[in-house]
Amino acid sequence: MKIREIVPLLEAEILCCEDELDVEVYNACGSDMMSDVLAFVKDQTALLTGLVNPQVIRTAMMVDMRCIVFVRGKHPTPEMIALAEENRIVLLSTGLRMYEACGRLYVSHLAKEG
Amino acid sequence: MDEALKFHFVIDGDNFTSAGEASVEVKKKLRQLGFPPDVIRRVSIAMYEGEINMVIHARGGVADVLVYPDRIVIILEDHGPGIEDIDLAMQEGYSTAPDSVRALGFGAGMGLPNMKRYTEEMHIESTLGVGTTITMVVNVQ
Repeated sequence: MKIREIVPLLEAEILCCEDELDVEVYNACGSDMMSDVLAFVKDQTALLTGLVNPQVIRTAMMVDMRCIVFVRGKHPTPEMIALAEENRIVLLSTGLRMYEACGRLYVSHLAKEG
Repeated sequence: MDEALKFHFVIDGDNFTSAGEASVEVKKKLRQLGFPPDVIRRVSIAMYEGEINMVIHARGGVADVLVYPDRIVIILEDHGPGIEDIDLAMQEGYSTAPDSVRALGFGAGMGLPNMKRYTEEMHIESTLGVGTTITMVVNVQ
């Protein structure tokens, strides 16, 4: 699925790296615990999280993620946006809760992580 | 062949925001050196978890990365409180981190297990009240 397709599915706002929306993601992972993300995630995964701090971006960098969706209407700080821009990671924000955001992607056939 | 490229980093223990910067730097250098993506990712994740641990538990420390053609060695040294029970600390889900750390997305008891998961060798030397040194080796296949 292209990141572009995630935007309407999650009624998401694009926060940065709009020119990267045609990047493909093959699976998604929903977690607020970054070590769980580091334990299980493969590349070209989208991360859904309710956690807002710079380590979210750095975790994504470590596993070469290209898209992070902040759930429950959370917004990253300008510092996080700058770090994501520098590393070409698309940041999205959705008002949906984690459960529904993950559910919408799952029923739209974005495979589960792993 | 056995001459290593060496990188040295000081991990600032007072700044959670900057934790992970050394791992990002290592990732960039390994990419420039042309190592396979899988090797780079394993080194970065293992070192990143180590860096986070040093900031959370030990007020920082130093990291040395030795790059050989066939392996990458990561040595993390801190002068924190030490690990009381290493076997217990290696269990997934066991953590001594306070709730304030869990609110930041870490402290789920996956740090050390992740470091082991992504490396071929991992040795922990720890003395209570003195500090901890962790040596990890990632082989280049």
